[in-house]
Amino acid sequence: MDEFIRLAHGSGGDASKSLIEFLVGKYLKNPIVESLEDSAVLEIDASRIAFTTDSYVVHPIFFPGGDIGSLAVNGTVNDLAMVGAFPLALTLSFIIEEGFSFEDLNRLMESISRTARVAGVEIVGGDTKVVEKGSVDRIFINTAGVGMVPEGMSISSGGARPGDVVILSGTIGDHGIAVLSQRQGLRFETTIESDTAPLNKLVEAMLEVTHDIHAMRDPTRGGLATTLNEIASRSQVGIAIDEDKVPIRSEVLRACEMFGLDPFYVANEGKLVAFVPESVAPELLESMRKVDTGKHAAIIGRVTAQNEGIVLLNTRVGGERILGSLSGELLPRIC
Amino acid sequence: MRFAEEFRSRELVKSIADRIRQKCQKQWTLMEFCGTHTVSIFRHGLKSMLPDGVKLVSGPGCPVCVTSKTDIDKILALCDIPDAIVATYGDMMKVPGSKFTLAEKRAQGADVRVIYSSYDAIELARENRGRKVFFIGIGFETTAPSTAAAVRRAKEMGLQNFKVLSLHKLTPPVIGALLEGDCAVDGFICPGHVCSIIGAKPLEPIASGYGKPCVVAGFEPGDVMQAILMLVAQLEEGRSEVEIEYVRGVTYEGNSNALKIMEEVFDITSSEWRGIGVVENTGLVLRGEFADFDASPYVPQQIRSEPDPPGCKCGDILRGEMLPPDCPLFGRLCKPSSPIGPCMVSSEGSCATYYLYARSEKWMNL
Ligand code: SF4
Repeated sequence: MDEFIRLAHGSGGDASKSLIEFLVGKYLKNPIVESLEDSAVLEIDASRIAFTTDSYVVHPIFFPGGDIGSLAVNGTVNDLAMVGAFPLALTLSFIIEEGFSFEDLNRLMESISRTARVAGVEIVGGDTKVVEKGSVDRIFINTAGVGMVPEGMSISSGGARPGDVVILSGTIGDHGIAVLSQRQGLRFETTIESDTAPLNKLVEAMLEVTHDIHAMRDPTRGGLATTLNEIASRSQVGIAIDEDKVPIRSEVLRACEMFGLDPFYVANEGKLVAFVPESVAPELLESMRKVDTGKHAAIIGRVTAQNEGIVLLNTRVGGERILGSLSGELLPRIC
Repeated sequence: MRFAEEFRSRELVKSIADRIRQKCQKQWTLMEFCGTHTVSIFRHGLKSMLPDGVKLVSGPGCPVCVTSKTDIDKILALCDIPDAIVATYGDMMKVPGSKFTLAEKRAQGADVRVIYSSYDAIELARENRGRKVFFIGIGFETTAPSTAAAVRRAKEMGLQNFKVLSLHKLTPPVIGALLEGDCAVDGFICPGHVCSIIGAKPLEPIASGYGKPCVVAGFEPGDVMQAILMLVAQLEEGRSEVEIEYVRGVTYEGNSNALKIMEEVFDITSSEWRGIGVVENTGLVLRGEFADFDASPYVPQQIRSEPDPPGCKCGDILRGEMLPPDCPLFGRLCKPSSPIGPCMVSSEGSCATYYLYARSEKWMNL
């Protein structure tokens, strides 16, 4: 076995074949992917499917609480879950820089298969390309996924209505700060871990309580503020958030202060915000809190008919201001 | 590290707001000199808690914003030196020079590294002895001591390839320069971190000479509100003094170690401020005995910078004579994603702060 990825591993010849057999045979055992056909054929019993794709370029590729592999699985699973779909299958594609070590590839594959198992999705296909040194930064991953959408389900980012309450599933800013803490030159010691996690189990628990979820999103890049702004403008409503209700770890808050960051704009990879009628909120919260990814779920604000398209923040000290969406770049390549 | 939780309590901030309302009889315009204060004021929504009689304007306290275009062009010129590594703090990357930003320059192939402290630049110089490492020293008295320490360290280590382009600026004299102009400010909220180095004493000429009260403030919402209260009290009572609100970080005399190392490494000179012009005694250059570490000789003599983009009011804004929403380009042509002036680039720039926190019509006027 080689120690490092060589260009030949992407040439389509014998080396490629052995790499793919290694990846599939060792980590992704299931009949569909093992058949090594050009396309995966899925048997689906649904009239509506959700279909999504995302690419992952995070730097560094290993960070506290996760790595680019778990991120790539969770990200796509969560995109499916946010429209109320039950994730079925993913594809997984790598663009690998020549010289990447098999040791790291092993670690990533282990993490990918573990994460897929936790989420309960199968990886049914994929692709591997190797490019010359310097063409990519170590490894980039793309995942695509399909999921089944139950009959009658319609969750979008445009459905929030005045009177709805805003539920957040847990603390904000963990992922962005965990990645930042590993950046060369920053060198700060922290116990903060990325929150990268699949949210489909949480969503399932929510759907058991009610299908009356008007809008839902996972606030990733751009943070909670950016997601809330998208929902406010797509739903043509105002949103008022109480800063002191938003869960945040004190370590995250502290790191944000050190770097002059606003945690509302820092990325999350395992959180969701849901807009629901106030009447279902207590029961919904209770069932969310029973799921690991929803332990710290809380009502953080409500939807108003006034201030259309605007998110207002009632600040911790009693002031009021706009919570704008992120424009420009906060942290490069955190997902 | 200790965090000033108590300065963030809702009860404290509210009670100070009530006292400001009781105290304030007339109309007062206060300037928060520093961009960090601007951000704190907006982030915590403090303007919404102030009475109509207190108006806040932002000052020239964002180091990136006040760096002149000529100085940016100098950095860009350093990038063109064969084998050069230019090491800079991240905020500088997107500031437009005459032709490019540093980020664009890097995309064209220049070796520009974003660093987080002056010691990272020393490290770079040590690892790349065959190449010149140009460290861009930028900031007020807050960062100048760490640049000075790096220069001294480079000298001890004999790191001849470490060069500093000192764009550091000094704050108290520029407040004086503002007051010589059309600046209609009644009192100053002065930067706590700068004064933790220089002390409160250098502000005396502003208070006694120009008759404008100064209060040195910390950056928590309670700090800022308390400083506003102290300024309003002075103004209503007809006093003009230097007071320290940020007693947990600032003394009257300052930090003698930091002052000593600055004095050892730097001479004071004039400096060009964007929007304000050349101000005497506000710049720092390396002293003769550290000439080996000075990047200035590597900067081409003739740099002809282009004038600021037409319509950009950064100058008026940096002098506190205009608020960002009054700039005709604000939010229309000029946004953080496509900035026209430096005040929209830096995260502590007034225009960027207004854009992020107070974009809509209703909130502009606050
Ligand atoms: S809004 Fe833009 S163009 Fe106007 S003053 Fe600010 S930075 Fe300059």
